[in-house]
Amino acid sequence: MTGKIQQAYAMKNKEDLIFKSPEGLTEELVRKISEDKNEPEWMLKKRLQALKIFNEKPMPNWGPSLKDLDLNKIHFYMRPNAKNSRSWDDVPKEIKETFDKLGIPEAEKNALGGVGAQYESETIYHNLKKDLEKKGVIFTDCDTGLKEHEELFKKYFMTKCISPNLHKFSALHGAVWSGGTFIYIPKNVKVEIPLQAYFRMNATKGGQFEHTLIIADEGSELHYIEGCSAPEYLESSLHAGGVEIYVMKNARVRYSSIENWSKNTFNLNTKRAVVEENGIIEWVNGNLGSHTTMLYPCSVLNGKNSKSDYIGIAYAGNGQYQDTGCKIYHLNKNTSSTVLSKGISVDGGVSSYRGLVKINSGATDSKSSVRCDGLMLDNKSKAMTLPSMDVNENQVEVSHEAAVGKVGEEDLFYLMSRGLPESEAIKLIVSGFIEPVVKALPLEYAVELNKLIELEIENSVC
Amino acid sequence: MTNKKILEIKNLHVEVDGKEILKGINLTLDVGKVNALMGPNGSGKSTLVNTIMGHPKYKITKGKIIFGGKDVTNFTPDKRAKLGIFLSFQYPREISGVSVSKFLKATSKEINPNFSLFEFKKKLKENSELVEIPNEMTERYLNDGFSGGEKKKNEILQMLMLDPKLVMLDETDSGLDVDSLKTVAKGVNALMNNKKCIFIITHYKRILEYIKPDKIFIMLNGKIVLDGDGKLADELEEKGYGWIEED
Repeated sequence: MTGKIQQAYAMKNKEDLIFKSPEGLTEELVRKISEDKNEPEWMLKKRLQALKIFNEKPMPNWGPSLKDLDLNKIHFYMRPNAKNSRSWDDVPKEIKETFDKLGIPEAEKNALGGVGAQYESETIYHNLKKDLEKKGVIFTDCDTGLKEHEELFKKYFMTKCISPNLHKFSALHGAVWSGGTFIYIPKNVKVEIPLQAYFRMNATKGGQFEHTLIIADEGSELHYIEGCSAPEYLESSLHAGGVEIYVMKNARVRYSSIENWSKNTFNLNTKRAVVEENGIIEWVNGNLGSHTTMLYPCSVLNGKNSKSDYIGIAYAGNGQYQDTGCKIYHLNKNTSSTVLSKGISVDGGVSSYRGLVKINSGATDSKSSVRCDGLMLDNKSKAMTLPSMDVNENQVEVSHEAAVGKVGEEDLFYLMSRGLPESEAIKLIVSGFIEPVVKALPLEYAVELNKLIELEIENSVC
Repeated sequence: MTNKKILEIKNLHVEVDGKEILKGINLTLDVGKVNALMGPNGSGKSTLVNTIMGHPKYKITKGKIIFGGKDVTNFTPDKRAKLGIFLSFQYPREISGVSVSKFLKATSKEINPNFSLFEFKKKLKENSELVEIPNEMTERYLNDGFSGGEKKKNEILQMLMLDPKLVMLDETDSGLDVDSLKTVAKGVNALMNNKKCIFIITHYKRILEYIKPDKIFIMLNGKIVLDGDGKLADELEEKGYGWIEED
């Protein structure tokens, strides 16, 4: 099993692309992307506006250093040599082999709603179970979504959830976004099986800017699973996706994602949910790969009694910096949020929890509880917790706990005295440390995450 | 005669943080025997058993530890465990997120090359019953939130599962009520046979009423100063350690 995963991560398909943009970002390229996708005029305008904002905004001057990210050396757009297809048979052989190694067809066999797999910057394979179609569920790629549901896109695409104005990389995303997933769940429809999408980037210097737009209408329920893994390549790479989730009144959305980009990727992702009255957003956020991650899933608790639950796990190995955490805005009465975050650092890696709880004046009876823990496996590594609280209302309950520590010599001795070699003892301690998070994952993910982390530890400790 | 020796300690000197705690220990333990080590607080009893188990904090500056004819002085704790050395901890560590059964499965796989899940489950059930650990407790996280008594019983369950040759009990009786003590003793006595050896560290002769010692060693200030048969415990209980002189 381990060997299989290793192989899957080390492999890289021959680049087979119809179009690969030259390095760097220009207005010409943005126009080319829009034209290539045959987009309506308003989308092109939106892109150009975002490009303008991108050019005006400064790079972030906090958190991990981005000095090694050379935006002039990134390919901002590419298409794989495949048309959108519904059937597995239509997927090109080479791409299929890659998916095979990552276990996608098996995942599908296990009745995971539908599989949307993004290869490079465009969705090539989408499969939606018929019963979902009957219920009126839309589960498609964003390009098709824009064509077929233009009014929904006008209203919800990068408007009040993620604005291009948020920060430099949301602006970049707005300018060059390509592919991704669009989901609409009609009123009172409960999708009982998780919908799952796998995507990966492959070409050298590939930038990936996929957009996920989820609209859960009133009273609906959805669990969406997104996972990424990228094979290794050498030159600097950038991922700046955007995930927008609208949780309407009485709706509930769980968004699970384990990101495992290759170790030279800058993962500067933006994820945001707007939650209306009685709505619930649940984030499950795993970050293992990439060179640098800056990702802070955000819940805007807009409606009364709305709720956000966040579970996060980050693993930073040699040369990696994982800067992640949850942001919650309590804007209305009786809103509540919980955060449980676990960070592991090993072999010089840095893992930090950076979060924000903001409670507005008038958001009475709101509650927030944050717990963030960091575990360092050696003296070379760093773990930090940087939770911020901005509370502007007296009638609230806010709690915060943080624990950062090293794997204890006494714990190791105890486990080793029962016959476990040091590396096995460390693995067991780590598996216990992340257990509260793993427990909350869907089974397929829990197994995969445990295996990935074991593999990472084997590579760095032994 | 030599094949009866399971543990031989020769002129063992041990330092912790630059301070010498063990000052030349000589000790031989035989198979088929129950031994007890007694002595006042700070005399070095825990240091001795932790050193035998291979705790990295305890630095051996001189001397040797021979187990089953093998020089294990520089072995890591897991290698010693695989050879059959077991230590019941005075303060068992709490390992959150790792269930007792998951932990026992991992260790059993390491110790037993012919591990079978079926056998493991059977053994876990039998041994849990023996030391009165309810099934659901083995699904709880290792020692996490366990009472003092539960922790000690759990140590004995681990001992039974690993089936070691040398069992060292580091104040396993401390803080136990009489029922728990009897349960612990029942577990230890169930393991004991003529191929095994028990080494009990205690302050009180109470545990020795349930696990009968063949030999008692007295430790003072980093040295073993006296040994005798089971009756020595009564004498200590009566007179304390004051009457024993170093060298």
